[in-house]
Amino acid sequence: MISIWFFIGISLAVNGALILGAGIYQLLDPPPNPGVVLFHLHANLWWGAALLLFGLIYCFQFAPKRSS
Amino acid sequence: MTVLLASEVPTRLVRLAPVDIVIVVFYFALVLSIGWYLKGRANTGEDFFMAGREMTAWVAGLSFLSANLGALELMGWAGSAYQYGILATHWYWIGAIPAMLFLALVMMPFYYISKTHSVPGYLKLRFGEPSRALSAVSFAFMTVLMSGVNMFAMAKVMQIVLGWDINFSIWVSSLTVAIYVTLGGLRSAIFNEVLQFFLIWAGALLIPILGLYEAGGWTNLKLQIAQRASDQYVHLWSGLGSFSNNPMGINWVGIVFGLGAIISMGYWTTDFLVVQRILAAKDIRSAEMAPIIGAGFKMFVPIIVILPGLLGLAVLPEKLVPESVAAITGGHSYNDVLPLMLARYCGPGLLGLGVTALIAGFMSGMAGNVSAFTTVWTYDIYRPFFNSKASDHHYVNMGRWTTIIGVLISVGTAYLVMQFASIMDYVQALFSFFIAPLFGTVVLGMLWKRATSAGGFWGLLCGTLSSIGMWAWVKVDPSALRYVALSPHAKGLAQDMFQALWSFVVCVTVTVVLSLATKPVPDSALQGLVYGLTEVPSIGEVAFYQKPVFWAAVVTVVFLVLNIIFW
Repeated sequence: MISIWFFIGISLAVNGALILGAGIYQLLDPPPNPGVVLFHLHANLWWGAALLLFGLIYCFQFAPKRSS
Repeated sequence: MTVLLASEVPTRLVRLAPVDIVIVVFYFALVLSIGWYLKGRANTGEDFFMAGREMTAWVAGLSFLSANLGALELMGWAGSAYQYGILATHWYWIGAIPAMLFLALVMMPFYYISKTHSVPGYLKLRFGEPSRALSAVSFAFMTVLMSGVNMFAMAKVMQIVLGWDINFSIWVSSLTVAIYVTLGGLRSAIFNEVLQFFLIWAGALLIPILGLYEAGGWTNLKLQIAQRASDQYVHLWSGLGSFSNNPMGINWVGIVFGLGAIISMGYWTTDFLVVQRILAAKDIRSAEMAPIIGAGFKMFVPIIVILPGLLGLAVLPEKLVPESVAAITGGHSYNDVLPLMLARYCGPGLLGLGVTALIAGFMSGMAGNVSAFTTVWTYDIYRPFFNSKASDHHYVNMGRWTTIIGVLISVGTAYLVMQFASIMDYVQALFSFFIAPLFGTVVLGMLWKRATSAGGFWGLLCGTLSSIGMWAWVKVDPSALRYVALSPHAKGLAQDMFQALWSFVVCVTVTVVLSLATKPVPDSALQGLVYGLTEVPSIGEVAFYQKPVFWAAVVTVVFLVLNIIFW
């Protein structure tokens, strides 16, 4: 059976990749009115990267073949 | 919990970008995929209702916590932190940790070795059919109603925050839960709850991180709160010497004995919604470790719930007001603090994850309610009273149909609340009537072999009726609160604490008196059910750091240190 941790890895990795992508887009093409405070910290960039990293580690560690 | 309602819909708080919508849609696709994947593993009663009793301690523990970590819990207590300050943390620390450890070390062995399917099932074994019937019917009825009330409140929140149509929110979320629980049973609910636990943290943790950065750290945050509200908003215990010295209008007796000793014990040790997750553990050590793991994480939930509320006090330019005032002025209420903080810090992508965290929180709570309702209906009402000789396959089918019907009743309740908002207050009050007396009955049943069937049943009934009586008394005459809570300065939350305390006292008193007046149950009939007559199975030869008691001690030390730090 596929481990629950693998599903969590997929979820974190996909969400992380999407958020990181949005962060890179905003970094390359900053909106004139960001609409959030602390925009200069580019939270979606590093938070997205962190989620992607954790997600990939979980996917690798609990991949169906590996964990079985 | 504060009711999340507003009669008028203000302008939506946030607007989702395309990437946010992709994140929300991906979440729904993933939970449905998990349900579909697990559908072949829910063919027997043990599989469907008890997840095969093969969950590890981590999975059972995180699911145990996640079933309680609903979206209304997140938003309601963030609002309470804005309203009452750090005092709201008591519901996460003294109002949870001792009870979770008590469940792990004292009560779990009895639940586990009796191999019961449910808490009412334990009452049947210990006190007989009448106690089970009373407990099962009240639990099933209230669980499904609460699910509907939460569903409506969540749809209302989605309308306020995102501008989503209420009907859309109700039907999409409830059908999703119905599909994945019907397909995979408790295993599917548990898997999704663990996933939801991670999403809730991933989506909500950024708010306190960025909030503390903006506020200039914890010390500066405390100074700003003291300036904008009161110094008492950042102290856990120092203002609890009297009812009038703190924003909550409660004293330490209510917090320690009402909340810590009764309400939380009742909720965390006898509410089948959460206990069911632990019963699915694969062995006795996992069953004991699961609540301890849950307690370890529970201590840190205030970071994503209470801290955003406190940060809102310091950094939000506008002053939030009670729901009743917000409905008139069109401003934002206390309960909007979490979405407001989300909108303040989270741009595209992060906003989608934050909204997904709220949706995930709601769905985990609803799946918990539905799966618990399904089990209690099938095993504690349908099987003993309607059809006791059917096949296992028949009961699994009954479970699947009950899941769908339970969701539909919840939807019906949601629409009923939409028409008659006051029902919400009554349903929430009704649920609280049963918690404290049920704890009295179960704990006496487990720890006192002299407790008899008559004592158990009448104690439970009288305790519940006394709770209803006190609630009705204060409803008819609000000044009666001074008698229930023992102070003219007591406020609403104090009523809940003292009402629970007195109903527990009534339950225990009636149980003890009636038990002593009736014929004792022979010891042979109580083996496996009562402390002193039961040989608790060994967890095996394991290293000290693998023993539940070691980790319970670690959690206790951290719990004490946290209370001292924020005294």
